[in-house]
Amino acid sequence: MDIKQNYFEFLGLPKSYQLDKQALSERTRELQKTLHPDKFAHLADHERRLSVQYTAYLNEAVATLKSPLNRAQYLLSLRGEDTYSESSVQLDPMFLMQQMELREAVEDMTDADDPDTAVEEMYAEVTEQKQKFQSEFQTLYDQADYPAAAMTVRKMQFIDKLERDIEALEDKLYD
Amino acid sequence: MAYSDQVIDHYENPRNVGKMNDKDNNVGTGMVGAPACGDVMRLQIQVSDEGVIEDAKFKTYGCGSAIASSSLVTEWVKGMTLDEAAELKNTKIAEELALPPVKIHCSVLAEDAIKAAVADYKEKQAK
Repeated sequence: MDIKQNYFEFLGLPKSYQLDKQALSERTRELQKTLHPDKFAHLADHERRLSVQYTAYLNEAVATLKSPLNRAQYLLSLRGEDTYSESSVQLDPMFLMQQMELREAVEDMTDADDPDTAVEEMYAEVTEQKQKFQSEFQTLYDQADYPAAAMTVRKMQFIDKLERDIEALEDKLYD
Repeated sequence: MAYSDQVIDHYENPRNVGKMNDKDNNVGTGMVGAPACGDVMRLQIQVSDEGVIEDAKFKTYGCGSAIASSSLVTEWVKGMTLDEAAELKNTKIAEELALPPVKIHCSVLAEDAIKAAVADYKEKQAK
């Protein structure tokens, strides 16, 4: 166990987009046990600090790998493709237009006759797009086409924002 | 984070919000987006036969700075030639709106949007 290892190595999981959720939770539990503060209580400050550092790294690793979007971004970062920065990139205008329409539709949901159904339909759309892009990412990543995979991740980021917009609207509707 | 008065003004009273028919021959449409924040921006220009921008419209889903940047650009480009509009720099937008460093990318997005709109118009004319 070493925090110089990447998240996959740290957790003893294969470095791939496909995630074995059961293996992840088993490994997490094992590491949590190993890192439990009680085991370090009798040790020197230095060792105690290390256990805290390792625990923080573990939490970060688990949170990143559990999220399909963050896992994709992390895998790409290990391949030198940065999808975290704010810098503007050329995106498919058709995709952006569709995103625009979806945002407009979310905005209009407050005035819908039946907001429940409208929200439900919008979530269905989000789920469908998420699945589509996740499987697209899987394919491109496995083909080692990282620039194309990065474009897919950027699309996933917009869907993620769309989902957060729907959630925010839902809060407004039902508060 | 505090927004400048200029940003708040454009955010509360956005200028030229709307949509033009992107099929029209004298309309150029720029669609841009910032993945990291999920912002989507549409900026459209209506151009005269002399190559002067007669009207501009925008729609932006994003933060206050992104909305203000695109709103400001639609105000500025009216009356400009295509070349003048394509040379608009994000630094001018950021300066006018007093954008903090973390929001500079919003002005870049607006610059990219007007450039894309001009390019779209020119592409249509070439056909």
